[in-house]
Amino acid sequence: MDTSIWRPILYLIGFMAFAGVNAAWLGWAERKGAAHIQRRNGPKEVGPFGLWQPLADGIKLMTKQLLIPSGTDDILFRIAPILAMIPALTSMVVIPFSGNIQARSIDMSVLLIFALASIGMFAILLGGWASGNKYAVISAARVVSQSIAYEIPMLITVITIVMITGSTNLQDIALAQQGGFWHWNIFRLEGGHFVYMWIAFLIYFICSVAETNRAPFDMAEAESELVAGYMTEYGSMGFGLFMMGEYLNIVVGACMTTILFLGGWGSPFGFLPGIWWFLIKIYILIFTIIWIRWTYPRTQIYKLLNLSWKILIPFSLVNLLVTAAFIKVF
Amino acid sequence: MDSYIMIGFSVFLGAIFVGGAILTSKLLAFYTPAGQRKVQPYECSEEPIGDARIRFKVAFYIFALLFLLFDIESLLLFPCMKIFRAVVTDQAGGIGTSVLFAELFVFIFILFFGFIYAWRKGVLVWE
Repeated sequence: MDTSIWRPILYLIGFMAFAGVNAAWLGWAERKGAAHIQRRNGPKEVGPFGLWQPLADGIKLMTKQLLIPSGTDDILFRIAPILAMIPALTSMVVIPFSGNIQARSIDMSVLLIFALASIGMFAILLGGWASGNKYAVISAARVVSQSIAYEIPMLITVITIVMITGSTNLQDIALAQQGGFWHWNIFRLEGGHFVYMWIAFLIYFICSVAETNRAPFDMAEAESELVAGYMTEYGSMGFGLFMMGEYLNIVVGACMTTILFLGGWGSPFGFLPGIWWFLIKIYILIFTIIWIRWTYPRTQIYKLLNLSWKILIPFSLVNLLVTAAFIKVF
Repeated sequence: MDSYIMIGFSVFLGAIFVGGAILTSKLLAFYTPAGQRKVQPYECSEEPIGDARIRFKVAFYIFALLFLLFDIESLLLFPCMKIFRAVVTDQAGGIGTSVLFAELFVFIFILFFGFIYAWRKGVLVWE
């Protein structure tokens, strides 16, 4: 048997397993993190430190009735959770976990990830619209206005990275940042120019928090206003798939931030293999996202749109022009 | 080409994952007959009034158009920016290096002025 075919397929199955485990156990991490930030214990009954809680939750979700409420668009209502999960899983194909741990290195992998992220946004829109519930429809409209607002600064910031590294392949972008933390795109100290890239990092990180609908930008499921937003009518596995899709999107977002700005799988000082550094970096980012969620209050939708259109987009455009000028001059 | 078959295969794997989860749920779930109250859309236990699919302000339509412009702009920029550094810093490139650089500036400035025009016209005001 030709090993060159089986190798990537085995990698793929491995990444899917990684994604599935993350999607389940990040729920536990979030509850535990939230609890300790609020001086509670969090899940602790099921297994040591409540570590088997995701399994118990999964069994509970699976034994619930799949109920289709009246007034829903039946087909769209069923498709939406599936559509939330599949693109997030597919994104894992192109993410380089290390120099040689990657299912497939694709030249347009940056664009592929953003295209898949947009499909994930459609899932929320469809789910909210098909539910036939007023909260869900308002939530769907908010998700669309928020996603389109934050996609622009995100893409423009990514374009500056593409400009500096001269590649749209995630593996190449990671390779260009090897050899110590001063080569990472967030610092870029070695030439003396591009030292302002931390601004681009901030813009990108804010956008990725907003794109994954996390607090303080979680307009889609603002509990105090919209009950559960687009998920209001979902129960059983539909709800479970939406939740797993959300956590997977966080993982993919953290991976992208790591690869684009934090040196990918590059080690800051030169010890430990790359894969460990990659995992350390993405889990630090995921912890930061959880930390932000349980620390800051939710903003309003209008303030949210103002932040994107009136601050982030002008800043990212200026950032693009300044980077172009620096490349030309130096 | 091979790589894109791989993406197709991973979509297939994802479908198996999701389909498996839903199928297991179908097999394990306890079904009870759904009465009229049970299938009614959730609205804090009030009877829902009217259609849920409300209409939205036309202002959202205008800034969706603005978004489309920016999105197409960034799609156009992706391939240009991929070769930007190689072309612009090419010492033997002659006049071509400055042309690409000037083109980028003109392109972004037109877009930027369009954006400021929309802003001044009150597209970015939400109340």
